[in-house]
Amino acid sequence: MTTRKAVALISGGLDSLLAARVIQNQGIHVEGINFYTGFCVEGHTHAIRKKDKAKPKRNNALWSAEQLSMKLHIIDISEEYKDIVINPKHGYGAHLNPCLDCKIFMVQKALDWANDNGFDFIITGEVIGQRPKSQRKETMPIIARESGADDRLLRPLCAQNLPATLPEREGWINREQLHGFSGRNRKPQIELASQLGFEEFAQPAGGCCFLTDEAYSKKLADLWQFRGEKRYELDDIMLLKIGRHIRPSPNFKMIVSREEGENNFLEGYRKQFLHLRTVNHNGPLTLIDGEPDADDIELAARIAARFSQGKQETNVQVKATFPDGQSKILEVEPIIPTDIPQSWYI
Amino acid sequence: MSTHQLNAENLLCPMPVIKTQDKIAGLESGDILEVTCTDPGVLSDIPAWCRINGHKLLGSEQSGRIITLSIEAIHEDK
Repeated sequence: MTTRKAVALISGGLDSLLAARVIQNQGIHVEGINFYTGFCVEGHTHAIRKKDKAKPKRNNALWSAEQLSMKLHIIDISEEYKDIVINPKHGYGAHLNPCLDCKIFMVQKALDWANDNGFDFIITGEVIGQRPKSQRKETMPIIARESGADDRLLRPLCAQNLPATLPEREGWINREQLHGFSGRNRKPQIELASQLGFEEFAQPAGGCCFLTDEAYSKKLADLWQFRGEKRYELDDIMLLKIGRHIRPSPNFKMIVSREEGENNFLEGYRKQFLHLRTVNHNGPLTLIDGEPDADDIELAARIAARFSQGKQETNVQVKATFPDGQSKILEVEPIIPTDIPQSWYI
Repeated sequence: MSTHQLNAENLLCPMPVIKTQDKIAGLESGDILEVTCTDPGVLSDIPAWCRINGHKLLGSEQSGRIITLSIEAIHEDK
């Protein structure tokens, strides 16, 4: 008898872990696929910020695959993904999260992979009603149709609430052993995890994508607004995850590191930017994005000095280094906090 | 059998894993890949990736910020 093969979209969260195990338990060969969009929360932030050192620096998708004893294929889709973020056909969620377009795109990419590698169907951990933008009864057929997966897309955790798919109709799997979960209540998943012997699992609060984060989305919207176009490079979206972002003027923005780990990360970018460093006191590395004039650079130096250990002094030396390697020392008085309007913080 | 190098410095996870995965896909079984990285997350992620995909982690060492991992490619079908 032919062993049927399924590819599971693995986010690293509980639902995709359970969906894959439910199908494995029916004798299907399952391999995982995980997509890197550039907006993934885990990994980067934990690796960068020293304050997060206590958190495990594991990739939850890899961890899930290991729990499931299955192969995982991690695919970089960050370049193609730009079009999803910039022009989502189905619009954004609460922030700049194009969740429905994202899901359609990922299922489509998984379908391509399945076709190229001889896999029979695709599984996801979607649950009807779990998420307001993409996981609703009305969106389930849209994802199946627009991805091209149609009835080769199976959602094991809520399949009993949906029409039978190809693997169910063909008898590759038993529909009775699938589930009928719906809504935002996590209790059924927690109970199923217990039944399946999973004692530990990742529960990322607010999802695993920076685009669902209000503060991050504001920074991306600011980037687009002041560039005058909706466009980004991978470095742009990495830098939006790091430091304090302060825009004192439309023509420039400051990225001020908050701690040693961020300082180290920004070091890798300093040659691409005008950057500031306090000389006679310890202080953060500050990158300047934009086209500041001399007055702007002096203001930026006063703000940078405010975040240094010389913040109470009347005179702090700040070295400004330009991308061409030239530099100059500015003698500035640190700005007083009340002179930094809250509106400058992005 | 040959030894290959991969520079994944200044990349943050999961990019070093993706680069490793893509490089190893083109190697023969028994070939060795030495990956240099700076993201400490690789000390968890690359060994996990090796375990689930059947490759053999030969060792890892750290010198300053640079972490080097040695991996033996094992392809069941090659």
